[in-house]
Amino acid sequence: MLSKSSMRTPLARVRGLGSAKSGTGHFWLQRVTAVANVLLTVAFLLVVISLIGKPYPAAVATLANPLVAILMLLFVVSGAVHMRLGMQVIIEDYIHSEGLKILAVMANTFFAIAVGAACAFALLKLSFGG
Amino acid sequence: MAEVKPAARPLSPHLQIYRWSWTMAMSVAHRATGAALYGGTLLVALWLIAAASGPAAYDTAQAIAGSVLGRLVLFGYTFVLLHHMVGGLRHFIWDMGHGYDPQTRMNLAKFSGLVSGILTLLVWIVAYAVR
Repeated sequence: MLSKSSMRTPLARVRGLGSAKSGTGHFWLQRVTAVANVLLTVAFLLVVISLIGKPYPAAVATLANPLVAILMLLFVVSGAVHMRLGMQVIIEDYIHSEGLKILAVMANTFFAIAVGAACAFALLKLSFGG
Repeated sequence: MAEVKPAARPLSPHLQIYRWSWTMAMSVAHRATGAALYGGTLLVALWLIAAASGPAAYDTAQAIAGSVLGRLVLFGYTFVLLHHMVGGLRHFIWDMGHGYDPQTRMNLAKFSGLVSGILTLLVWIVAYAVR
């Protein structure tokens, strides 16, 4: 930080170090995806549990059904966004070293997008892949 | 006059300072279930990728998911997911500005475990009924 002999006023020294002004957006997106997830989670659970022990053709037929596929895709996207926001809060709460925090927040974004994309790709392949 | 020394106090009171209450426990549970679900999505992704990869990969995944241990994990996953959902619904109530008086606050937290347990059983019964 600045040395004690700095000529800058205390106010000037802290100006620009405040919040990134993106907190409300974060909060709101967390709630919007949470509302969506209430419905999508129940649909997702019913699909997955009802598929236990089902043979391959029956499982693929279910997952390729447009209604099921769309609900699963929405769940995957909304879930990935929601969990990225949630994990970011956990990281920011517990990791205080600036460099490590930035790396963790970045890795969190990578993980959420990778898992979301993998699920979405698998679901689309089940529908269109033949 | 005797010198007044400040008592040795913890600088930053943390969890161990407070007597456990239901709201505290459910707050911790909400974060813990959220973090667990974060890792659980890997299992969802693996299962979907196996299904998309073809019959051989699907049969392997199905053998694991369909085993007693697999079903147990899926049942636990269902409970964790619904517990997090019920916790979220509790937060919605608070977001709307309701349920802040001590009794309601405590009851909302106290019964969220019971409600998510009932919901878990309900989802499994319905899922087995529609298959």
